[in-house]
Formats: sequence, structure tokens, C-alpha cells
Amino acid sequence: MSTLVFLEHHGGELQKGSLGVLAKAASLGDADAVLIGGGVTSLAAEAGSYGAKKVHVADDASLEPPLPQPRVDVIAKLAGDYDTVLFANSVLAADVAAGLAARLDAGLNWDLVDITADGVGKRPAIQDSVLVDVGWKSTPRIALFRAGSFDAKPAGGAEPEVVQAAVELQEHSGAAKIVDQQLEDASGPSIEDADIIVAGGRGLGAPENFTLAEELARALGGAVGATRAVVDAGWYPYSAQIGQTGKTVSPKLYVALGISGAIQHKVGMQSSNVILAINKDPNAPIFEFSDLGVVGDVHEIVPKLTELVKQRKS
Amino acid sequence: MKIAVCVKHVPEGHGRIDPGSKRLDRSGEGALNHFDANAVEEALRLKGEGEVVVVSIGPEKAADSLRKALAMGADRAVLVSDEALAGSDLVATSKVLAGALAREEADLVLFGQQAADADGAVLWAAVAERLRRPVVSQAAEVTVSGGTVRVKRQTEYGYDVIEAPLPAVVAVSDAINEPRYPSLKGIMGAKKKPFETLTLADTGVDAGDAGEAGSKTEVLALGDPPARGDSRKIEGDANAAQAIVDFLAEKRLV
Ligand SMILES: Cc1cc2nc3c(=O)[nH]c(=O)nc-3n(C[C@H](O)[C@H](O)[C@H](O)COP(=O)(O)OP(=O)(O)OC[C@H]3O[C@@H](n4cnc5c(N)ncnc54)[C@H](O)[C@@H]3O)c2cc1C
Ligand SMILES: Nc1ncnc2c1ncn2[C@@H]1O[C@H](COP(=O)(O)O)[C@@H](O)[C@H]1O
Repeated sequence: MSTLVFLEHHGGELQKGSLGVLAKAASLGDADAVLIGGGVTSLAAEAGSYGAKKVHVADDASLEPPLPQPRVDVIAKLAGDYDTVLFANSVLAADVAAGLAARLDAGLNWDLVDITADGVGKRPAIQDSVLVDVGWKSTPRIALFRAGSFDAKPAGGAEPEVVQAAVELQEHSGAAKIVDQQLEDASGPSIEDADIIVAGGRGLGAPENFTLAEELARALGGAVGATRAVVDAGWYPYSAQIGQTGKTVSPKLYVALGISGAIQHKVGMQSSNVILAINKDPNAPIFEFSDLGVVGDVHEIVPKLTELVKQRKS
Repeated sequence: MKIAVCVKHVPEGHGRIDPGSKRLDRSGEGALNHFDANAVEEALRLKGEGEVVVVSIGPEKAADSLRKALAMGADRAVLVSDEALAGSDLVATSKVLAGALAREEADLVLFGQQAADADGAVLWAAVAERLRRPVVSQAAEVTVSGGTVRVKRQTEYGYDVIEAPLPAVVAVSDAINEPRYPSLKGIMGAKKKPFETLTLADTGVDAGDAGEAGSKTEVLALGDPPARGDSRKIEGDANAAQAIVDFLAEKRLV
């Protein structure tokens, strides 16, 4: 396999997910990488220790905002030299990969957790109830990997060759502009270290009902987490969000209150030791990966549960 | 402003892959992809004096989902339905959808967060590429003024505010709004609204570029996922809280 891997970066660091995909690609054959941004050339060297032989660098002020369409322009010009182009899933990478698939009329398989050297992708589907072997009928093959599919362990490879990639943007590609960014403030307490997390979702019904999660968390001695749905809606702060675009946690106990269990939430909490879910929908996907699933209303069950936990602890 | 909303008709409840065709079993009941109800709602909120047209590619039964969107308040529906479309993947679907959308020349094309049966959350980027329009995904807030769409959206690092000139493509998050339920009046009125059914040829896409023939991915085999540990499910009755505490005690968590 000759693979090109999209390296994502933020705040002057290469993202672990894309380095994991690079290490996987290098274990299957020749792997190069592409690095796109403003002032990013110095990051290329690190890719060598994850197996990249060559890093194509498109370093230009116009590429600094993390928007997908200019990245499609850059990668489309390089993709012809590879039989496979791989991405670690992210908000940015998904849009780049799909734009590239359309530009090249090349197949895109998403949510893969593995790929073999002869080009078979492994994809858990239908709420992870079946593992599908997927293939491609195009060159290149394009794939997006689920978060956490591969470990990003440096293997101590040589310095990669760094080559400049052409930056020629199409008219529509440069049309969107980032006009403001509110990056997460890294200060403040982090839920990543908590032994117990009680997370609330839209099933809590209203922002003020987060007290249900807070009181249970206090009784259990844990922290409070949230889904993107409630964070986007302004019910709870982004710093508490768990999942693809939030934190990845693996506490001893994860309690999901009114959370459906979407795949983007699951990737942030599936390695928790014990998962307890309360959801009124017996078919909610969260039950597929809970140790104990309780089919019921959080408003009825949680206050009683909090009371019993308090009694037990006193 | 003219807004086109892309909506999908998805199987209800738990999906199932048919072992014979290795495709999603679409023989049962279907419904409007609930993530797309958010996009319809947002379009109704934004349209002002304009028009909202809902567009879907799917079997004839997908008309039910389009009618639900009309009942919510959309003005017009377009269904692309053709035998030759079965088995379309991203490359093929995006071509056909772009063909249908090109006929509409909408100022804004809205997508939902993801198709509940495929969880791709990618189609908009492929369609925008074919239409050569700017695209913004994961929108948690959308405003339009003076020919510019402004979107607030979440990424792995926080929130971005992105602006793009119209015509543009925007995919909304499921937290952007609470979709309305169709009223009885809306349901009755929907029956009289314009409903157009297109064939593949109407979208300007060749049969060889659609369906399985035009797809660039394939399903090779179905297998079992890695086994998970024990999983128990209980009813949330009056004893539920006690049962949970017993479970936590057994796991030495309380
Ligand atoms: C690129 C991308 C990134 C994403 N990143 C993340 C992420 O980082 N984290 C994340 O969480 N999501 C993420 N999402 C969103 C994800 O797809 C889901 O939309 C989200 O997780 C749903 O949140 P929820 O479970 O709170 O809401 P819903 O899916 O609406 O579920 C609410 C649940 O509550 C139940 N319920 C309702 N009332 C009650 C009641 N009274 N008692 C008990 N149960 C009740 C319902 O049955 C339902 O199952 C992402 C999506 C995309 C496309
Ligand atoms: N067959 C279809 N017809 C029209 N729109 C669709 C179709 N499939 C998906 N979409 C739209 O694309 C979005 C993302 O779908 P996906 O990338 O398949 O998860 C959905 O929320 C819909 O807005």
C-alpha cells in the first residue's frame, strides 16, 4: 500500500489521532503525510518518528484557518501518487475527506476501526452490532478512522523528507472565513481525572434539571459530564462535554442520564469500567454498551437514587 | 431567500443489514430522519418572505418523509426516485443530490447533522464540492444578513464563528432548535402543496454514475463485533433505584 495520511494539528502540535493513523499506515507499507496550515513547517519533522518517509507541507497564511475546502485543493493535487488517503476523524477531517471524495470521484469509507494491507476496511455498523468488511472500487481509497482506533506510539523512524506542496485555491474554496474563535480555556477543574462521572443529556429536559446530575455526582463523589446536544444548546459548559469533540474519559463508573448514546458520544466514554444508563427509550443505543441499563424516567429514578446513595454513605 | 433542505427517509427503530444484498434493510416502516427535522425547522425560521423546498433521494415511500416536512411548513417537495439509484454510496448520492439541487438554485442549502441509518455526517461536503459552494458543518447557530451566512459551530477545540457568502451549504447540529410538530392544519395543507418526482435522468446524471454502478465503495462481508461483557437491562419501576444501588455495591462503587 502507498498511503498519504492527513496530519491534523492545533496549537503548534500534531494531533495524536492522525499520528496513530500514520503509524498504522506505515506498518502496512509506504506512508507519507500531508501537513497543511500557516507556519506549520517545523511540525513536519515529528511525523518521521511515526513512520512518514516524506511530508508534503503546504505552509501559507491563507491556510491558517482550519477550514476544509482549501485543504481539498492541496490534497487533490497530491493524491494521484497514492493508492490510499487516510484521515483520523474530526470535524475538519470529515469535511476534507468527503470533499476530496467528490473532487476525485473516489470512494470514502467512514468510521473504520482498522484496515488491512490488501485494502479491506473494518467498520462497526448499526450501533456497533455488526462488523462490516468494506472495500473500495476506486483509486485512491479514502477512509476516515474512528477516534482512538490506533495508538500513536513513536517508532523512532528517520527524519522525513520535507517537500513543498502547491497552494492553488479554487474560487469557492476560499469563500468561507473564520471571523471569531472561542477556544476552550484549559484552566479550571478537569473531568478527565474523575473516578466517577455522572453525565447528563437532552433527556434531562431543561437546563435547570442538570441539578439532578449534579446532586447524584455529589452523592457519589464524582464530576458532571454532558453531551454535545446540551452544550450546543447552552445548558452546560463545553469544558464538561464528553465525546468526539469533547473530552475522552475512562472513569471507574460512568452514569448516563437521558443520553441516547450516539457514536460521537460513545467514543469519548466507552472505555469506562462500569457504565450505567438511565433512559426512557428501551431501544436507545446507549443500552448496547451499558453494564446496567435502566429503562425509565430520570426525573423519577434519579432523586430516589441520590437519596439512597446518600443514606448508604452516611 | 430561497432555502433547499436535504432530507432522508430512514428505517424506523433498530436498523438491520440484509445478509443477502448486504444493504440496509429498507423494507420496514420508515420516517423522516430526525436530524433533518432540525434542518427543516431552521429553514422555516430563516426563510422570511422566501421559499423552503425539501429535497430527498429515496424510494417512493420517502414521499411520507417529504410530506411530513411539508406539514411542518415547507412550501414544496422534490423526490428523486429511480430504480437505478439503489445501492448508491457517497460519490453517487452526492452527484445525484447536486444535480437535483442545481435545478433549484437556492441561496442556502441546509443539511441535517447525520443520517440516522448511516451516521456518515459527510454528505454536505461532497455536495458542496460538486456545486462549488462554500460549506460550513456542525452549525449550532445560523444567521443570515446581507447575502452572508454566519455560523457558530463546535470543533474539537472550542467554538468557531464562520462567515460565507451566499449561495452556501450549511449542515446544522441537532441542538440548533426544537423542531415543531406538524399541526393538523399543516398536515391537511401538506396534501395540496407542490410535490415533484424526478427520475435520475432529470438530475442530469448518467445511470452508470448512480446506484451500485456509480458507487466507489462496497460491502464485502458481515461479521460479529468483538464480544462485550455482561449487560443487564431492568425496568425503571419503583424498585429501580434500590436495584441500581445494589448493582453499584456489588461493583464496589458505593
Ligand atoms: C462531528 C460530530 C461531533 C460530535 N461530537 C459529540 C461529542 O463530543 N459529544 C457528544 O455527546 N455528542 C457529539 N455529537 C452529537 C451526537 O451525534 C448526538 O447528537 C448527541 O450526543 C446527542 O446528545 P443526547 O444524547 O443528549 O441527546 P439525544 O440524542 O436527543 O438523546 C436524549 C435521550 O434522552 C432520552 N430521554 C428523554 N427524556 C427522558 C427522560 N425523562 N428520562 C430518561 N431518558 C429520557 C431519550 O430517550 C433519548 O435517548 C457529535 C456529532 C457530530 C456529527
Ligand atoms: N438520500 C438523501 N436524500 C437527501 N438528503 C440526504 C440523503 N441522505 C443524507 N441526506 C442529507 O445529508 C445529511 C448527512 O447525511 P450522511 O452524511 O449520510 O450522514 C442528512 O442529515 C441529510 O440532510
